[in-house]
Amino acid sequence: MEKGRIVLGCLAPHPPHLVYAENPEQNEPFSEGGWETLRWGYNRLARKLKNIDYDVMVIFTPHWATYIGTHFLGLPSFNSLSVDPIFPNIFRYKYDLRVDVELAEAMEKSAADAGIITKMMRNPDFRIDYGTITSCHMLNPEWNKPIITISSNRNSHYYSGEVMNEQSSALGEACLKAIEESGKKVVLVSSNSLSHRHFVTESPLPEDMSREHIYNHSQYVWDMKIVGMMRDGKMREVIDIMPEYAEQTIAETEAGGLTWMMAAMGFPKYPAEIYGYQSVIGTGNAIVAWDPNSATREIVL
Amino acid sequence: MSTESNILFGIYCPPHPHPLLAPDLNQGYRNLRSAYDTLKTRIEESGADIILLYSTTWPSIVGHQIQAHPEPEWTHVDDDFHFLGSMPYKFKIDSEFSNAYKEAAENRGLHSRTVAYEGFPIDTGSIVALSLLNPDNKIPACIVSSNMYSNRSETIVLGKAARDALAKQGKKAVIVVVASLSNRMFTEHIEPSEDRIHSPKDDEWNRKILEFFDNGRLEDLSQLSRDIHGQIRIQKVAAYKPVWWMAATMGQHNNYNGEILAYEALHGSGGAVIQLTPSDESIGDKEFDEDDVEYYRGDRNVLGQGAL
Ligand SMILES: [Fe+2]
Repeated sequence: MEKGRIVLGCLAPHPPHLVYAENPEQNEPFSEGGWETLRWGYNRLARKLKNIDYDVMVIFTPHWATYIGTHFLGLPSFNSLSVDPIFPNIFRYKYDLRVDVELAEAMEKSAADAGIITKMMRNPDFRIDYGTITSCHMLNPEWNKPIITISSNRNSHYYSGEVMNEQSSALGEACLKAIEESGKKVVLVSSNSLSHRHFVTESPLPEDMSREHIYNHSQYVWDMKIVGMMRDGKMREVIDIMPEYAEQTIAETEAGGLTWMMAAMGFPKYPAEIYGYQSVIGTGNAIVAWDPNSATREIVL
Repeated sequence: MSTESNILFGIYCPPHPHPLLAPDLNQGYRNLRSAYDTLKTRIEESGADIILLYSTTWPSIVGHQIQAHPEPEWTHVDDDFHFLGSMPYKFKIDSEFSNAYKEAAENRGLHSRTVAYEGFPIDTGSIVALSLLNPDNKIPACIVSSNMYSNRSETIVLGKAARDALAKQGKKAVIVVVASLSNRMFTEHIEPSEDRIHSPKDDEWNRKILEFFDNGRLEDLSQLSRDIHGQIRIQKVAAYKPVWWMAATMGQHNNYNGEILAYEALHGSGGAVIQLTPSDESIGDKEFDEDDVEYYRGDRNVLGQGAL
C-alpha cells in the first residue's frame, strides 16, 4: 500500500456570516451578500481543491470545545439542523454529512498511543458545530467527500499558550502517523480566525459593509505580521510566537488548530498561498493554503 | 429603580449533566440530584409566576441574548459528556417576559436581543437546571445569556434590568444562577467513584464561598467576585460574573437566609446547590469600594482619548 499523505493544508475561518452571505439552499436566512474578499478567496480555493485528488477532509474546530482530552467524530453520518448560538439570526443550516470513521479511529488510537487523552464521540444525537460546517461548506459546497472533526482541547485556558503548542503539535504528529499508515490522501483544515475581538453590537443589516472594519489597528498590525510570515514560509516562527500573538489579539489560534496542522505538515518552509484577508464583525480572517506539491503551488495574492 | 423585590428566592446550581443523566454513578451526584429535587418541590409550592435563569454555559457576543421561543424543543448532547447520554427537552418560556427583559435592558443602555428560533441550541447548564427544577413545566421560564466580554458594570446593570422587568410585569420570580464554584475539571477521564474537587486550594475557596452563602452575605460575595475569578476560575471569560448578576437581581445587600443543600465534585469542579431567601437580618457589612452602576455607558475609550 502506498503511504498516505497530506495533499493540502487550509486555514479556513468560519464566521457563519460567510455562509449566510452565499445564500446556499441549506441555510434558512436570506442575505444581500457581504464579505466578498473572503468569499471570493474561498471560491478560488474551492476551485483548486476540485483539481486535487483527496479521500477525506480532516477539520480541527474551536467550536467543539472539550476540556477532557481530544474527541473525534465516531459515527458514519450526521444530519440535522445547526443553529449558531451566537448568531442564530444568520445561521440555521441543514446538514447531511459523512464521516470517515476508520481514519478517525486510527487517529484516535495513534494519539492515545502517544499519551494524549482521547475519546470517540458516538452519540447519534450530537450536533455538528458551526465551525465545521462553515469551513467545510466554503471549501467543498458539494459535500461530496467524507470529513472527520477533531475537537479543540482547551489547553490554553487550563494551562497556557505554550502547553497548547506542545500538545497540539503532539496531536498533529500522531494524526500524520495515522494518515501515513492509512494510505489515504488527506486535506487538513484548521478552522479559525486570526485576531478575534468581536464588536458586541450588530448593525440592523449584518451584511451592511459600510459598518465592517477591524476591531482596532493593533489587531490589524499583528494579523499582517502573521500573514507576512506565512507568505515568507516561516511557519516554525509563526507557531513559536503563537502564545504571544494569542495573548495580544485574543487570536482564535489559541484553540490549537493551526499548531496541529503545521506540526502534521512539518512546519512548512515554503510560501503559503494567500487567498484573502478581511474582517468579520471586527475579527481578522485570512484564508491560506499550504500546498506541499511545488509543481501546483501558486502565488495567489 | 424598584425598591420592592419580586424575588421569592434565588438558587445557585452547577451546569454539568451528571445529576440529570447519571445520578447513580456516585453518592455525590446523587446528593446533588436530591438537592435539585428538594428545590423542585419548593419552587412548586412558592407561588412563583416565573423562573428566571442566568446561565454561564450560554455565552453571547452580540449583547445579551434572551430566550423567547414559547416552546423550545430539541435533543441536546454535551460536548464533553456525550457518553452519558442525550438530553431531550421541551420547555415553556414566558415570551412576554423575555421581551420585557430585553426592553428593560435597552432602557439601561445595554445591547440586547431575544432569540426565538426552531432548533436553537439551548446550553447544557440551562437544560440541566430546568429539567431538574421544573420537569413538568408547571412554571414558565426565561433564560438570559452571559456575554463573553461583559464585566462588572454591564452585568450589574443586566441584573437591575431583570428587576425592572419583573416589577413592571408584577411577576413573582424564583431566579436561578447556573454556574460552578471552582470550575477546573480533571483533564483526563476518571472513574466516577474517584471524583473529588480538583485541588485542596479549590476546595478551601469553595468552602469559604459556601460560608458566605450560608450566612446570606450575597453582596459581600459580589464584592469578592474578582478575587474568586483570579483564584479558582479557569480564565475563559473576562470575569466571574454570576454573583454580580444574582446580587443585582435579588438586591445588593446581605439580608438573606442561606442554605447549602449540597456541595460535591463534578469531574473535579465544585458543584453546589444553594438557596438564598430574602430576610430582615444582615451580617458582615463590609466597606464596599466598587461603585454601584445604574446605567451602562459602554467602554470609556481610554486609549482613544490619549491618542495624538
Ligand atoms: Fe469561531
